[in-house]
Amino acid sequence: MGNILVFAEIQKGSLPKSSLITIQAGKEAASKLGGDVLVAVLGSDIEAATQEAAGYGTAKVLAVSDAALEHYLADSYAAVLEQLVQANQVTMLVATSTAIGKDLLPRVAARLGVGMASDVVEFNEDGTLQRPMYAGNTVATVALDDDIKVVSVRSTAFDAAQPGDRSAVEQTSVSLDADATKLQFVSFNETQSDRPNLTEASIVVSGGRGLKSGENFTTYLEPLVDELGAAMGASRAAVDAGFVPNDLQVGQTGKVVAPDLYIAVGISGAIQHLAGMKDSKVIVAVNKDPDAPIFNVADYGLVADLFKAVPELTEAVKKAKA
Amino acid sequence: MKVLVAVKRVPDPETTIRVKSDGSGIETDNIKYVINPFDEIALEEALRIKEKLGSGEVILVSIGVKAVSEQLRTGLAMGADRAISVGCDQELDSLGVARILAKIVEQESPEIVLLGKQAIDDDANQAGQMLAALLGWPQATFASEVELSDDQQSVKVTREVDGGLETVGFALPGIITSDLRLNEPRYASLPGIMKARKKEIKEIAAADLGVDITPRLTVQMLEPPTKKEGGKKVETVAELMTLLHDEAKVI
Repeated sequence: MGNILVFAEIQKGSLPKSSLITIQAGKEAASKLGGDVLVAVLGSDIEAATQEAAGYGTAKVLAVSDAALEHYLADSYAAVLEQLVQANQVTMLVATSTAIGKDLLPRVAARLGVGMASDVVEFNEDGTLQRPMYAGNTVATVALDDDIKVVSVRSTAFDAAQPGDRSAVEQTSVSLDADATKLQFVSFNETQSDRPNLTEASIVVSGGRGLKSGENFTTYLEPLVDELGAAMGASRAAVDAGFVPNDLQVGQTGKVVAPDLYIAVGISGAIQHLAGMKDSKVIVAVNKDPDAPIFNVADYGLVADLFKAVPELTEAVKKAKA
Repeated sequence: MKVLVAVKRVPDPETTIRVKSDGSGIETDNIKYVINPFDEIALEEALRIKEKLGSGEVILVSIGVKAVSEQLRTGLAMGADRAISVGCDQELDSLGVARILAKIVEQESPEIVLLGKQAIDDDANQAGQMLAALLGWPQATFASEVELSDDQQSVKVTREVDGGLETVGFALPGIITSDLRLNEPRYASLPGIMKARKKEIKEIAAADLGVDITPRLTVQMLEPPTKKEGGKKVETVAELMTLLHDEAKVI
């Protein structure tokens, strides 16, 4: 087995939790399949992130600092990763299925002419991989038949890496061909929120179509969200109805979360939604329909009118904290 | 402006998926098939581009069993001009799909290729990005807004990414994959359905394209997920709080 290259995203100059999860996934792959873990950090001003990445006991950190890499862009980043894979005896490339990981990894795989497995939840000893398919209705055992395997991992299936011995840091330069510099960054419009990140929060409160309007999210759900210090999520039905933006969507085609506590309010529990939250440690459902499928996965189900129950719950949380 | 749209035949998202008892696949009896919902959004965007410009051509392509012609016919009824059906009976992985599509792109020379961000059956989310790499084209995945420049030479695409919306730009040709909020696809009208009957579906065989489509990713076994038992039902907020505090210890 050759080396396992882990792509660590940088956000605002440092490593987000998703990158620590990627490092941990790389370590687990190495413990089962052999090989050293190398961490790739790419960007234009990455000294601090490189030092941070070197603190998790991996064999090496490969730092690629270049003005052309200031913003993440699929074409240039894919070209760099391809070169790192080729130059470092890499037999497995791992990233987490974040927006960037999903955008980037297939492009690297195709540049290498190899297949890819998305959203892997487990590395098996025999080299096969486990991944969900059909909105989580099935778990598939899949095999990648190439010498270089490209794998994205689901963030909820791995813990964040714990700090370890310092890694060696190697500064690497790469060349970017014309095909790798066609995309231009124009702007980033960041969602303004004081709440925790949906995929990292320990408590998530999600609303569904039962809330009936975007205003009701503000009036009923948000006080509970903030009282709990939670992140806010939504079902696809609520997004489709225009109540809240799509980046709050939890489910098959949105974000996958697994917090300590997940509270589903006015969500019926379509399989596509369950695919994004059923691994949460404790699930609470508030719904007036006692037959709603969400109750089949909920640890605690409150059969009630949410417009009465949610304000009561908010008050009760406030009292419990006091 | 020539726009190529790739569509996949997938089980209707409302269908309950069951794994065969021997784990070799899913039960396909009584499954209704539809155009992958994200591909329908991609097609709608292509139609809107053509309608806005007042000229152009929207070409559909699908790969798979003969029955994909049903989905192509639906797409033609929505307004696509013609379709290509690439016959292929073997299982394909995303790389194989991308290699076939790259050949079709070579033959058709579209300025834009639109695809759904992911198919809701294998949930891979790979084909568009792989196609872009094979062609050496720029890619904008997870699009929520597509803005063509006045001279039709370039495009700005707003993308749904973690923590906000990112806008990227590139000179055409390029690849765009659709996210949920890009648009709301139209229904085929009755006149559209009538017209679609006369539109061309060109049939070609994947084997004749001269590309290696041997799957690199193979599914060895499918299992149903571990079932979670439903828990306790309560009727009052007070009961719920007691359980969350004393039993689950999460509040």
